[in-house]
Amino acid sequence: MTIYDLTLAELRDLLDRRELSAVEVTTAYLERIAETNPKLNSFITVCAETAKAEAEAADRAMAAGETKPLTGLPIAAKDIFNTAGVLTTCGSRILGNYTSPYDATAIARIKAQKAVIVGKLNMDEFAMGSSNENSAFGAVRNPWELSHVPGGSSGGSAACVAASQAAAALGTDTGGSIRQPAAYCSVVGLKPTYGRVSRFGVVAYASSLDQVGPITRDVRDCALMLQAIAGYDPADSTSVDTPAPDYQTGLTRDLKGLRIGLPQEYFIDGLDDDVRRAVEQATTTCRNLGAEIIDVSLPHTTYAVACYYLIATAEASSNLARYDGVRYGLRADQAANLIDMYMQSRAAGFGPEVKRRIMLGTYALSSGYYDAYYLKAQKVRTLIRQDFLDAFEKVDVLLTPVAPTPAFALGEKVNDPLQMYLSDIYTIPVNLAGTCAMSLPCGFSADGLPIGLQLIGKPFDEAAILSTAYAFEQATTWHQRKPQL
Amino acid sequence: MNEHYETVIGLEVHVQLTTRTKIFCGCSTEFGRTPNSQTCPVCLGLPGALPVLNRKAVEFAIRTGLATNCRIAPRSIFARKNYFYPDLPKGYQISQFELPVCEHGWLDIDLEDGGVKRIGITRAHMEEDAGKLIHGETPETAGSSLVDLNRACTPLLEIVSEPDMRSADQAIAYLKKLHQIVVYLGVCDGNLEEGSFRCDANVSVRPHGQKAFGTRAELKNINSFRFIKQAIEYEVERQIDLIESGGKVIQETRLFDSNTGMTRSMRGKEEAHDYRYFPDPDLVPLVISQEWIAEVRATLPELPEAKRRRFVEGLGLSTYDAEVLAADRKLADYFDACVTLAKDAKSCANWVMGEVLRKLKETDTAITSAPVTPEMLSGLLARIADETISGKIAKTVFEQMWQNGEPADRIIEAQGLKQVTDTGEIEGLVDQVIAAHPEQVSEYLSGKDKLIGFFVGKVMQASQGKANPGMVNQLLKKKLHG
Repeated sequence: MTIYDLTLAELRDLLDRRELSAVEVTTAYLERIAETNPKLNSFITVCAETAKAEAEAADRAMAAGETKPLTGLPIAAKDIFNTAGVLTTCGSRILGNYTSPYDATAIARIKAQKAVIVGKLNMDEFAMGSSNENSAFGAVRNPWELSHVPGGSSGGSAACVAASQAAAALGTDTGGSIRQPAAYCSVVGLKPTYGRVSRFGVVAYASSLDQVGPITRDVRDCALMLQAIAGYDPADSTSVDTPAPDYQTGLTRDLKGLRIGLPQEYFIDGLDDDVRRAVEQATTTCRNLGAEIIDVSLPHTTYAVACYYLIATAEASSNLARYDGVRYGLRADQAANLIDMYMQSRAAGFGPEVKRRIMLGTYALSSGYYDAYYLKAQKVRTLIRQDFLDAFEKVDVLLTPVAPTPAFALGEKVNDPLQMYLSDIYTIPVNLAGTCAMSLPCGFSADGLPIGLQLIGKPFDEAAILSTAYAFEQATTWHQRKPQL
Repeated sequence: MNEHYETVIGLEVHVQLTTRTKIFCGCSTEFGRTPNSQTCPVCLGLPGALPVLNRKAVEFAIRTGLATNCRIAPRSIFARKNYFYPDLPKGYQISQFELPVCEHGWLDIDLEDGGVKRIGITRAHMEEDAGKLIHGETPETAGSSLVDLNRACTPLLEIVSEPDMRSADQAIAYLKKLHQIVVYLGVCDGNLEEGSFRCDANVSVRPHGQKAFGTRAELKNINSFRFIKQAIEYEVERQIDLIESGGKVIQETRLFDSNTGMTRSMRGKEEAHDYRYFPDPDLVPLVISQEWIAEVRATLPELPEAKRRRFVEGLGLSTYDAEVLAADRKLADYFDACVTLAKDAKSCANWVMGEVLRKLKETDTAITSAPVTPEMLSGLLARIADETISGKIAKTVFEQMWQNGEPADRIIEAQGLKQVTDTGEIEGLVDQVIAAHPEQVSEYLSGKDKLIGFFVGKVMQASQGKANPGMVNQLLKKKLHG
């Protein structure tokens, strides 16, 4: 038994039976991180000291009979989550020296269960990117093929879980930033319904699209993590006051009576043959498990990417205005006057993709262009959401690819932002619709690169996709494969 | 002023709402604390922090909207107003743009000629205040600016009028009326100097009879009613002079300088910000139910105008007295309490406006902490009414009540101030006075009637003020002519 290869559920079992201590588990993971991180660069900060202290506290809690589902389990968080007393960079030079004074709600909730936070994970700067190449702290490498990207923006989170550097990770998903890297790294990633998990303390990229979710080894762990972080938070006005069901008990092994929809617009030119084959095979597996497969249409799919890049960039241009060098973060010290200070600080602090999106968004909101761009995009967004609601009149779950291709090579799309943007073509509509979706392993390409399957659920019906995913996972072995490092 | 031109004024008033905590976080709004001591991740604009709307601030906005005859929007939207400035921590101000909380209101103002004019209120929207910059005042900080974010995120209601005012006096009348209402409602402390009630004025001129508005200038930085009048009058002259000399007014923002009494250009239209307003995705639409509006309406106090009318029509006070007593809600409450107990509204008004106001001013005391309560004052008035004491003695008693906090009866009793109405006792004093002043008696008898006052005074003195003055007068006349 290798400690760091176990799932949350397996570790829980061993901890509960006192066969392992939280300190032993944490030590094993910290060693694993030290050994593998030079190859992957998935961590920006490793919290070795605090993690050991948290593990000791977890052991004490368990000894006192105060065990909660995540007590003593090693978890890492994307560096977009505020963590009190720890560097919170958001992958940006402008926050390169920023230590947060407070915990994000999601962090506070896992801390309340006495989980052990082993470190903060690399990411595309301000969650803008699909390859993790936009990080001020260097690119992350895909554990399955070090010359390839892990996906983005939660690239560090997916690589970390795939490489067994933590038992689970927290990520965020604005246009696919949990699901696409999960697919590229052959792990499970869930983007909950907008409002299901609090955004408080998550550095904002596009507020109406951002959502927190887990990345895990398997579906059961995913349910466990969602349980811990889901639920209303009075500090986030957009979090929704509906109770989260018990996700564990909903996990079943067959799909009898389940109606699965295949959106025709998702199986088009540009979809890689290996990916198409893997997803078709997955469809067959689901049918064999008793599901009914139905063709459906999401007619406004073709406008989703354009719509996303107007709304997300508009919100980002405003959300990132606070990084002005006045109160915290990078400040240019040679500035002659105030305007100069703003310009120099932001010029030096932001990377090229962030600058590109700030400019796009600023333009989209400008007087005289607002109606043609931002307002039009909001109307299109309503139509896209309606597409999903219409489809969910006929089916319970939608089944699609996560990304058109498997992971691409480092540097391959760096100079072609449009090609890069298209890698999120299947994930973006879900954020625009505000509903939930997950990515889970469903095969490998001829080159040995992982392929992910996307399951999309009705708003607030995470239970349905989790249980579908669980049945699929039980019938397949893809999730058991591990990369060789 | 050039008679060929008409002045057009619209006002934007920022009312700071007196909620205990800020509009989007739980920090205190108290004025004058140590810089940055009343801040948190939300009002500091730290990464990841999110706003949560203060329900009390919404209630105050509804109160103000109802009192200014506005329609309360069942659904309104918070929007971001984007611009960079060091006192604005998020790089945007959360405000309302397309759908404000209040619209289509009005206030009636009294004109100098006795007429009434209705001033339209276009809208009132909620927003957060910015912080404050302190520019290097000490040798160590010279050349730099310090940021204090205690004020950041305190709730404001911006009330925008129609361009309905035609003179500085009308503008002042509107402002004073609005000021009185928000203070009355308890939604604003009304302190102009501390910036709790701030006004920007949009001023333009046009030839009489012209329909189209002239180009307007927006005047900022005016923090007293006097300065507002000064600023508007200066600006009107400036614009007319400019037009008369063949120039053109340009649309711009101008700052008023209270030292020179002039306005100067701050920024032109070209330099105006493009605020890139858009709905704030961190806040959900503000939904206000009819039930909530009704609830707030039920708690509205009687407003100054209604109060004045009641004082004149119901209590028979003069317009002037009603005006003075209704000007301040707490004073009016005090007066109302007195009337309820003492019944005689006119004597209550005289005492409240006379002795009470005088002592408040003298001792710099708020009406709510006056040591003489309405109960005590009405106790004193009852002793005047039943002739236990004279009005003059009452003033002495009042003075002691104020100092010791004792009721009138106890003071009258303890000091034997009860009015002497015993005829025999007064007669004795009258006889003494007449006997002691033979010269004056003969002068009086030879026709110098005015000397009666002299004799009354002497008798009152001899009685230590306690003799009933009417009886003294009567007995004196009887004896002198005797």
